[in-house]
Order: sequence, then structure tokens, then C-alpha cells
Amino acid sequence: MTPLPPHETLKEMTLTKVTVGYDGNAIVKEASFQLREGQIGCLLGPSGCGKSTLLRAIAGFESLMSGDIKVDGEVISSTSHTVSPEHRYIGMVFQDIALFPHLTIAQNIAFGLSTWTKESAQERVDHLLSLVGLSGFQSRYPHSLSGGQQQRVALARAIAPKPRLLLMDEPFSGLDAKLREELVPDIRKILQHEKMSALLVTHDQMEAFAMADQVSVMDAGVIHQTGSPYQIYHEPETHFVAGFIGHGDFLSATVCGPDCVHSDLGTIRGDLDHGFADNTEVDLLIRPDDILHDDDSEFVGVIVSKLFRGSHFLYRVKLSSEKIVYCFASSHHNHLVGQEIGLSVHLDHLVMFPR
Amino acid sequence: MVDLTHSSSANKPKFNWLKVAAIFIAATLSLPILVVLVNVLMGDGDVWRHLYQTVLADYIQNSLLLMLGVGIGAFFIGVPCAWLTSMCDFPGRKLLSWALLLPMAMPAYIIAYTYTGILDFAGPVQTFIRDLTGWSYGEYWFFEVRSLGGAIVMLTLVLYPYVYLMSRAAFLEQSENTLEVSRTLGYSGRSAFFKLALPLARPAIVTGLTLVLMETLADYGTVQYFGVNTFTTGILRTFYGFGDVVAASQLAGILLLFVTVLILLERYSRHRIRYHASGLKKASSRRINLTGSRGVLTCAFCLFPIFFGFIIPVSVLAYWAAFKAELPDARFAQLAWNSLYLAGVAAMIAVILALVLSYAIRLNRDRSVSASVGIAGLGYALPGTIIAIGTIVPLAWLDHRIIDLVKYYSGEKVGLIFSGTLVALLFAYTVRFMAVSLGAVQNGLGKIKPSMDMAGRSLGMSPLKVLTRIHIPLLKGSVLTALLIVFVDVLKELPATLVLRPFNFNTLAVRAYELAADERLIDAAPASLMIVLVGLAPVILLSRSISSRVEHSKVESAE
Repeated sequence: MTPLPPHETLKEMTLTKVTVGYDGNAIVKEASFQLREGQIGCLLGPSGCGKSTLLRAIAGFESLMSGDIKVDGEVISSTSHTVSPEHRYIGMVFQDIALFPHLTIAQNIAFGLSTWTKESAQERVDHLLSLVGLSGFQSRYPHSLSGGQQQRVALARAIAPKPRLLLMDEPFSGLDAKLREELVPDIRKILQHEKMSALLVTHDQMEAFAMADQVSVMDAGVIHQTGSPYQIYHEPETHFVAGFIGHGDFLSATVCGPDCVHSDLGTIRGDLDHGFADNTEVDLLIRPDDILHDDDSEFVGVIVSKLFRGSHFLYRVKLSSEKIVYCFASSHHNHLVGQEIGLSVHLDHLVMFPR
Repeated sequence: MVDLTHSSSANKPKFNWLKVAAIFIAATLSLPILVVLVNVLMGDGDVWRHLYQTVLADYIQNSLLLMLGVGIGAFFIGVPCAWLTSMCDFPGRKLLSWALLLPMAMPAYIIAYTYTGILDFAGPVQTFIRDLTGWSYGEYWFFEVRSLGGAIVMLTLVLYPYVYLMSRAAFLEQSENTLEVSRTLGYSGRSAFFKLALPLARPAIVTGLTLVLMETLADYGTVQYFGVNTFTTGILRTFYGFGDVVAASQLAGILLLFVTVLILLERYSRHRIRYHASGLKKASSRRINLTGSRGVLTCAFCLFPIFFGFIIPVSVLAYWAAFKAELPDARFAQLAWNSLYLAGVAAMIAVILALVLSYAIRLNRDRSVSASVGIAGLGYALPGTIIAIGTIVPLAWLDHRIIDLVKYYSGEKVGLIFSGTLVALLFAYTVRFMAVSLGAVQNGLGKIKPSMDMAGRSLGMSPLKVLTRIHIPLLKGSVLTALLIVFVDVLKELPATLVLRPFNFNTLAVRAYELAADERLIDAAPASLMIVLVGLAPVILLSRSISSRVEHSKVESAE
């Protein structure tokens, strides 16, 4: 076995047209993206979209049908060769945590440190235990820990050998919402402290936004868009991304100028050229916060349902065209279901897709 | 930069020896059943007509009556005991709830020999009656043990634990809430039991009953000794008495049909278990407290099967073995060694093959591998008699071809290599008990999640290191369990050993059978007692695992 010395941090990892699959069926199709030093990336998509398979390919558990994966210029996966997982300097945290039940917490964390000297391994384990807030738990066994504590140990175990990249496969899916909210900033802090790049897989966009610097949205094996959480939300590049991220509705609209469209809610002007030819039929993306309650507006809709959210109401409103859209209203505007209210659109940037 | 040339692997498909091994093992282990089936098809009308005119009706009638009687008996002992020990609280409940498993350690033929020794004309009970009343032979009526009724009682006494075990698990899984809901909807405690608890447990009860009926069909020792003609005795009589392989196979074929129906029934009921099982964690159940005379009665009811199924026969066996049996020590040591050695080797083989099959299925997402594992486990459903016939026929054929071949080429005469040697016996045991070891090993391996392998690899361990540092320590327990269960099952197995053992090679089970056949029931006691005592080991293991499971679920619900 090649010893795993502490490794230099990752400068960049590049995936080029990576296709992964079994028996000739591609599960991931031509995935490309890049992750740079210290970044936390995220593969976000509905279950079954191939994001976990792509993660396993990066870890070295799946071989590629085409394309290649390079780390700092060195090819670790290609169609002809797959560097085996134990020689990649890539750590991984698993969805089902997968602590070794026959080993203590300290032995679990030290599992990847077999080539370190005894003293340095001990020091590393102690350091990590205090980092994840579990000092004093070293001789306990995994089954005696709560889910959140086990998850911290799994993280400590994965980063113990100082891998150049940490992969996390739905690391919070087994935890309740409150624990997740506590753990996410903790893990971000720990990763920054260790100056470690990481790649997270999740189906939960709130988790993705909270953890990641860069999000790649996947569906049916294809990466639709890679960008910052802000870009993904406000400037979605495909119909799927627009529908998958956040609440949103599509309004049927017709292009009436380089920066304007006609819709059920009147003529809407954006601040940029949208690049579609006049009279093109398009779907216009409307976020809940784009439509406001406005008694003076000439456009009206009938309230179908409402959700009280404390600071505001989230109404579902049916327009004259039978289309139902979200509408935000301050919590002073308490209306009954079935009532008609005025609506006005506030959009800066038009996001639309050909119909 | 690290040199990667030696650590990266080419993505070429390698020869998958595990998959090939799995298919080979399955093909070999399915040989006996194939032989029986081929012989069934080879039979001509005459054999059929003969069987039909002479013995068939008798066999079918006896086998059905036996199944009916044992089924009813096991149901009415197993289900009430399971319900009482899981839902009620009464004096001695904890002790009784595991002691009810004890009769499992007792092979049916041994309890049959023991009760015959106690209850027949020369036995202590009838002697006592005669001494007391002054009656002599023919002047009084006494229950005839060696009858169909007797066989039903004997088999019921040792087989009810299957129903008990299954229905108890089902009752424990039923959440308190389900039953409480029924109370709020206006059902009394009693009607809630019949409308809810019992129907909910029905799939589990059916599974337990299926196991009981399969064991009943497979029984040879009891019915043979009691002179009840069933398929198993018929098969061996036809095979030995008339040397008629085809007719024996025809009978085996019908027996196989019965077994298949039972398996299909069980599959059907298990299908519904999945449907019934709720994901909810069991609430800590509040038991119905039975005190005073009701508590004592309940305790007596649960004690009754243990008393007759275990305490009496074991005490009598121990008394006979200690004070009355005539069996030279040296011969007994030889018998014990033969049995232990044979059972040990068979257990090793079954567990090693089970490991190969389990890893093959873990490492290959391949339909041919999972089918192979399924086929390899089929033998457990087959009565030992069928496996014995299915083993001896092809091995004898192979031996004669080898003898001919050697003679043709060298003129030398060689003896039998496979049939009539321990090879045949070990092969038959492997076929019969593969499923047992496979179950235990797969259960253990299933607890090592694939992500643990991956975690090990991503922490810098080679596949071999993952095996030695993660798999072996975690699998140890299940492997030992598998070894133990197969070991005990082989020790108890009678018909296959009887047919396939080498000339003059005796085991404890065979010797007990032979002595009983010579009406030397008391001399059979030491061998019988030893089988029972060794058989206690897996029962203890089982009772420990059910009590720890209950504790475990308590811990879970406490969290």
C-alpha cells in the first residue's frame, strides 16, 4: 500500500465531459465543471438525477465511459485508467454515515492515519475531536452517539488524513431540520479552518445555498448550470433550473421589444436585452416576490389559497387566463380565499425560455 | 508527485471468479433435485399404476392426517403461548418466554423413542398401573403411543416452537396504539384480539405453520418407528426393499409437490407481512397484568408444553443414561467423535461456500448470481430422504463410470470413490443445510453497509485491508452462528445419514435409531441425550437474540 502522506491542498479539479454508467446505460452524461482551491461545490438535483453516481466517480468507485477527471493537471479517471480510491487523497462522508461499529470514536477517526507516527496520529485525533466538539468521546462506540454526533465523527474521520478534496454524499439527510441548521455553519467553519476544498451532493436547495460557493444543478444525468447560488436563483439558464430552484411560476408571454414582453399581467419591461425576436412565444419566470399586492393595479386575480408566514402572506392567485401564480403581501393585507385582489409586477431582469 | 502507475487499474473487464464460483456451486448443489425430477419423468405408466393401486392412497392419507394433526396442535399451543408471553404479565413470564423454545433442541425421533420407553407395555407407567390394580395384559385399555395419534403428539411437542417464535415476534411488533385505537372504536379487549391482533399476526403464524408442516413432511425417524406409512418411509422402503430408484423418485416427486405447495403458501404469506409491517416504532407495551389464580393458570398453561416436550423426556433420558444404559464407553466415544467430526467438517464446508456465495452477490449486481444463490438455498426445503436419493444415484453412476474407465485403461480394480464414502454424506449435508448458513452469513454481511467499504477505501485502505480490518471483525459473530447452527442440524439429521453413511460408520443419531429399532430404548439414551444437549446451544443463542432484540427496541423507543 502506498502510504498517504499529508497532501498539498487542491489547486483545481476539472471534469471534462464525464460520462458514467453501467451496461452501456449512461447515468451521468458529459458532465463538466471545475472546482478551485478552498471552494465548496455542490451537485444539486432531484433524487435519481445521477449526482451521487458522479460523486462516486470522483471518489474512484465508478469508472468512466468517456471524458476525464483531472486534479491539479494529473488525470485520475479516464476511459482507460481509474486511480483506485485509496490512492486519490480524496475523503468522503457518506449518506448513511458508515462509522465502523466495532471501533471506538478515536479508532474510527484514526482509521486513515495508519501511516502516521503514533504521536502525530494521536495529536491529529485529539485536534479533530475538539474541532467537532466531541472531546471526551474518544473511547465511546458509535452506537452510543446521537445522529448529529455520529455525523461529526464521520466528518472528522474523512478529513483526518488531510485529503485534498472532501466529498459529502447527502451528509445531512438523516438529521432533523434543527440539527442540520446547527451543523451546516459548523462544517463550513471546519472546512475553512482546514483549508479544504469540498464537494457536496444534495437534493435540498437550502442546504446547497447555505454550504456552497458554487452550485451545479443536475437533472437526468445532465448538468444544467454551474454558478453561484445567487446566479442559479436569479439567472437560471434553463427551464429546469428555473422551475427547480425556489418557488416560481411560468407566465405565457409574447415578446414585444428587445426588453419587453406582453403577458396576462400587462406589458413588462426588464432592464436588459433579452435577445428574443419580436412576437416569439415565451415562458416568463415569475418569483413570488415579483408579484405584489397592489389595490391600484388594473390587473386582478382571485385568491385560491393562502399561507400565513408571520411577516407576510403567500397567496396563490388565479388570473383571468386561469393561470395560478404566487403573490407576496404584507401580513397587514389579510384577505379571504375567493376575494379578488389587485396585482402588480416588479421585475428587473426578465428570465424567459422559448415555449 | 506520487507515482500512480502501479496504483491505477485499467478499466478492462477482469475474469470474475466469484461469479463463476457462485454459478458452479449452485449447479452442483441443485444436482440431487434435478436427479429426482429426471427420474420422475423417466417413470413409465406401470410404476405409477402399481404405486397407485398399492401404497399411494395410504401414504397420502397418513401424510395429510399427520400434517393436519400437527398443524392444529402446533397452532393451539404456539399461538396462545406467544400471545400470553408477549401481551400479558404473569408469574414466571420471563423464564417461560424463552423456555418455550427448549423443545426445539429435541429431535422428533428422540422424543418418540423416549415416550415409547415410558409408555409402552414394559414401561414404568403401565407397570405401575398393573402393580397398583393387579390387572394383567389385555385387561385394561391404555393409550397406544406407536400410532398415528402418537406421532402427531410427538411431532407437535417438538415443532410448536416454530409457531410460537414467529407469532411472538409478530405480536411484539404490533404497536400498542393499533390495539388502543380499536378500543376507542368500541371493541372490547377480547374482540380486539380476534378482529385485530390475530389477523395482523396471521402471515407470521402461517410462516411458522409452514415450517412445522415442512418438518412434519421431512420426518422419518418418528413415523418409521411408529409404523405410520408416509412418503418418507415409503421412499426409503421402495429404495432399499425393492431397489427401485424410479419408483422411489416418483414418490419423492409427489412429496416434492407437497413441499412446493407449502413454500408457495409461505411466500404468499410473507408477501403480506411486508404489507402489514408498519414503519412505526413499537411503543413500550403495557402488558395485561394477570394475578392470582388467573396468573397461576396462565403459568401452568405455558409450562405444559415445556413439561411434556422437554422436562420429562430429558429427565428420563438422563436417568436412563446415568443408571440403566449399557453402552461401552469406548464405543460411545467413537460415536461421539464420528458425529462431532462429521458435523464440524460439514459446518465448515457450508459456511465457506456461504461466504463465497454471499460475497458473489454483494460484489455483482448480476441476475445470474442472485439466481444461483437462490438455487443453492433450495435444499433446506427438501426432506433428507429426497436429498439422499438424489445424491446416491448420480454419485453411484459416477463411481461406476470411473471404475469402468480405470479397468479399461489399466486393468486395476478401484473401489467406490464418492458413493458410500463420507464425500457423499458431506455433499448431502451441504445441500440440505446451505440455506441455514447462507441466511446467517448474509444477515451478518448485510449489516456491513457498502458505504463502509467505500469509507475504508477513501481512507487509504486497499480492498484486502478493508477485508481484514472491517469485514472479518464484523463478520466473526455471524460466521460462528452459522457454524453452530449447521453443526447442530447435521448432528440431528437422521434419514440422509442413514442412507449415505459408509458401511460400519455410525453416528450418534444413527446409533440411537438402530438401538431403538432393536427395542433397546434405554441403551439409546446416552446418544440421544448428547444430541439434545448439543442441540441446546443454538436454542440458547436464539432465545438470547430475541431477548436482546426486545431490549434493543426499548432503547430505540427511549431515544
